[in-house]
Amino acid sequence: MLLEGWIYVCEADAIDEEDVIRFDSGSRSFAIYRSEDNDYYATDGFCTHEKVHLAEGLVMGDIIECPKHNGRFNYKTGQAKKTPACEHLTTYPVQVTDDGKVYIQID
Amino acid sequence: MSTRGMVIIGGGETGASAARTLREEGWQGPITLIGQENLAPYERPPLSKGALALGSEAAPAFILKEQTLEELSITWVREARAVKIDRDRHIVQLADGQEIAYDKLLLATGASPRKLTLEGSNTTSVMELRTFADAERLRSKLEAGRQLVVIGAGFIGLEVAASARERGCQVTVLEVGHRILMRGVPLGIAQAVEARHREAGVNFQLGVGIERIESASGEQRITLANGQELRCDAIIAGIGAIPETSLAAACGLDVGNGILVNDRLATSDPTIYAAGDCCAFPHGVYGGTRIRLEAWRNAQEGGAHAARNMLGADQPYEAIPWFWSDQYEQTLQVIGLPDASTLTVQRHTEDESLFFFHLDDEHRLAAASGIGAGIAKEIKLAEMLIVKRAVLDPVVLAAPGLKLKALLKELS
Ligand SMILES: Cc1cc2nc3c(=O)[nH]c(=O)nc-3n(C[C@H](O)[C@H](O)[C@H](O)COP(=O)(O)OP(=O)(O)OC[C@H]3O[C@@H](n4cnc5c(N)ncnc54)[C@H](O)[C@@H]3O)c2cc1C
Ligand code: FES
Repeated sequence: MLLEGWIYVCEADAIDEEDVIRFDSGSRSFAIYRSEDNDYYATDGFCTHEKVHLAEGLVMGDIIECPKHNGRFNYKTGQAKKTPACEHLTTYPVQVTDDGKVYIQID
Repeated sequence: MSTRGMVIIGGGETGASAARTLREEGWQGPITLIGQENLAPYERPPLSKGALALGSEAAPAFILKEQTLEELSITWVREARAVKIDRDRHIVQLADGQEIAYDKLLLATGASPRKLTLEGSNTTSVMELRTFADAERLRSKLEAGRQLVVIGAGFIGLEVAASARERGCQVTVLEVGHRILMRGVPLGIAQAVEARHREAGVNFQLGVGIERIESASGEQRITLANGQELRCDAIIAGIGAIPETSLAAACGLDVGNGILVNDRLATSDPTIYAAGDCCAFPHGVYGGTRIRLEAWRNAQEGGAHAARNMLGADQPYEAIPWFWSDQYEQTLQVIGLPDASTLTVQRHTEDESLFFFHLDDEHRLAAASGIGAGIAKEIKLAEMLIVKRAVLDPVVLAAPGLKLKALLKELS
């Protein structure tokens, strides 16, 4: 059973291994990641440098590289790793249920 | 090293990136950044995009704010034009006579818009776009309903056309070539860009020369070589840029289409480096061909690279050329040098994006280009393949189910 406050994102296999998708909820946008070892993570959807959807960027290992100016973040911790991205990303808890559905908690 | 310090001429993307990198790499001596503009270093790409958009007043997007310059102890000499380099005395002279001594010097002087040389064209009748001041002037002309003529269908002209349409101006683009985006962009992408502009209501006149420009009481009249006359409220020319090489040439450095540097970004004087739009460098990935780029990432990475070499790193500069442009909701990107290719393969994407691989004679990946929502990841993966100098099978590349990341992993 999921606690209140968790929002359904997608089926777990809708995200490729070592990849990211965009998820919008209300007026907010998130980036949902699946790592190489099949763990799921969530961060703010927009790069903290300029407002660009991170889901259009490339995941390599623990890193999401922004499509615009190649700023980098560790998507597991939210930490900014390469300029021009200097401000960290907020991360959000993710849960994958036994029946393979991805949920995030955004509040 | 003595304490004369590092001197950078040019406070644009390249100069700013170099100055910051010198500090980040631990250089504790003096750094002097000389710039002839009155603003601290700011980004140019927004000048044809966000800075012209509707909405709040556009402010410069600073790369290094004055406060940051201070925090990094970078001496920022603004509104100062360097007029002479005395290589024997290691001194840069400014227009006001001030002399600044250097241990190592970086020329980051960029490029200036190519001027229209036509009867009637001068800076009051024909605008150009390189500085924030230019963008403000242009912006003030882009009122809804006004007629704008853009001369030149290169990136800057087309971005201005898109911004002007979004503000409700009537826009005509004149181009002497027979297609838009003649340089560095494959035909398929140029066609997609043109179609989007036409859908937005931009008029194109391709393959036409201009005879003369006349202005009278606020109205401009352009006479085309075919005799046709166009009337408009404003004209902007985006017909290319000329590298700023005059300082380098005057002090006897090797100069061609840009200040000639080696793969370390050093000029023919080992104490003087050059990077960014102003220089032409041999590119190891493309068989040592000398290239000059006018692109944001090259400015940023070239500046940083030169700075590291000025501090003794002695590394070749091998960053793969990368360029992007935003027009309307579309982004296009080019990685590598499509002009260095002989075979183009289209990648079939699931969305509406267009994506091309450009292979050389040996089927080595020379470049990739794309337009649409999903291309950034693919372009990044293509960059890694170019770095690996991957030889690729055109049939594999054209297969609809191709996963570039898997392909890259197979090759590692
Ligand atoms: C409108 C516009 C839009 C662009 N859009 C894109 C884009 O979408 N994507 C992309 O990849 N690239 C884009 N670019 C290109 C990118 O901005 C340039 O490649 C980059 O700015 C080059 O940086 P630079 O520092 O080498 O040269 P510049 O930015 O030209 O800076 C050089 C500086 O040196 C100063 N200077 C020159 N001579 C002297 C002297 N003797 N003394 C003192 N100062 C001097 C100049 O005044 C200038 O401030 C765009 C450029 C423009 C103009
Ligand atoms: S928008 Fe992400 S690095 Fe600039």
